[in-house]
Amino acid sequence: MSSDTELSSTTGDTAETHGADDLHHHEISDKTYVLIALLLAVLTAMEVAVTEISSVPDGLLIPALLIMMVIKFFIVVSYFMHLKHDSALFKFGFYVGLGGAIVLYSVMLTTFHFFLN
Amino acid sequence: MSDTTIEPPAAPEPEAAETAAPDEVIPAGYDDGQDHIGLVHHTTTGLSNTKLAMWLFLGSECLLFGGLISTYMLYRNRQGDALGPDQLWDIPFTSATSFVLLMSSLTMVLAVSAAKRTDERGTRLWLTVTALLGGLFLAGQVYEFTVFYREGLGYTTSLFSSSFFTLTGFHGVHVAVGIIMLLSLVGMLAKGRIVGDKAETVEMVGLYWHFVDVVWIVIFTLVYLVPA
Repeated sequence: MSSDTELSSTTGDTAETHGADDLHHHEISDKTYVLIALLLAVLTAMEVAVTEISSVPDGLLIPALLIMMVIKFFIVVSYFMHLKHDSALFKFGFYVGLGGAIVLYSVMLTTFHFFLN
Repeated sequence: MSDTTIEPPAAPEPEAAETAAPDEVIPAGYDDGQDHIGLVHHTTTGLSNTKLAMWLFLGSECLLFGGLISTYMLYRNRQGDALGPDQLWDIPFTSATSFVLLMSSLTMVLAVSAAKRTDERGTRLWLTVTALLGGLFLAGQVYEFTVFYREGLGYTTSLFSSSFFTLTGFHGVHVAVGIIMLLSLVGMLAKGRIVGDKAETVEMVGLYWHFVDVVWIVIFTLVYLVPA
C-alpha cells in the first residue's frame, strides 16, 4: 500500500462492530477544536495570573485553582476524548477508575491528617 | 466481552448481498478483507473492544497517578533543611511547557479528525507535530530536572524530592511512551501496516495522549500552583 493511499475504513461493519460508539452525528469541527484549545490556554493563563496576585488569600486562591483545574480536566475528557458523546459503558469504565481513585486517596489523605494541616 | 472469531457463513446475509457486487460480497459485520478476510467480529456489547479496553486502562491509570499525586501532597513540605518547592519552581517556564502539552492535545485531536476524514497525509502531519510538541515538553522537563539537580535537589535528598521526581518522572515516561506510539503510528501509516480500522487506531493513541495531558493539568495545578 503506498503512503498516499487514503485511510481505509471498514465497509460492511460500520453499524454492527462499532455500533453506538461511532456517533458521527456528534462530530466536532476542527474550528471548534481550536476554540476549545484557546479556552484551555486562557484558563491556564488565568491559573498562573491568580497565583501571581499576592493579595489573593489562600482560602480563595486554592478553591479557584481547583475549580479551573477541574474545568480544564473535563473539557479535555469530554471534547478532545469525546467521552461526552460516547457510550455509557466507556464513561462507566473511566469514571469508576477516576471516582475510585478520588475516594481511595481522599480516605488515605484523611487518615494521614492531610486536610487538618 | 471478548471478540469471537468464527468461520464465515456459507452464504452472505441477504441485506449485505443487496448492496455489494456478487464477487465483492462482504456480509454485515465483516471487515473489508484487508487484514482478516472473512472473519467476523461480534462483541457482546456491540462496541469496539479495543476502545473499551483503552478506557478501562485509562481508568486504572487514574489509580496509579492518584497514588503518586497523593503521596506528593503528603510529602511536599517534608524537605527538612534542603531546598523546597518555593525556592525551586520557575512558574513562567513550567507554564510554557504546560502550554506546549495543551497544544499537543489540539494537534492530536486534529489528527484523529483527519483520520476520520480518511485524510492520511493530514493524519501523518498532525501526528508528527504532536510528537514534536511532546518532545519539546519532555526536553523542558529534562532541563527542569537538570536545574533542580544542580541546585542540590537529588532523588534521595528529601521526602519532597523523592515524591516530586517519582510523580513527574512517571508522567515523563508516559509522555515518552506516547511519543514512541505516535512515531510508530506515523511509520506504520506510511508503510500501510495498520490492520483493520485505521481511524480507530489513531483514536486509541489519541485517547492515551489526551490522558497524559489531563494528568499534567492536575499535576501543574496541585504541584506547581497550589502554595505549599
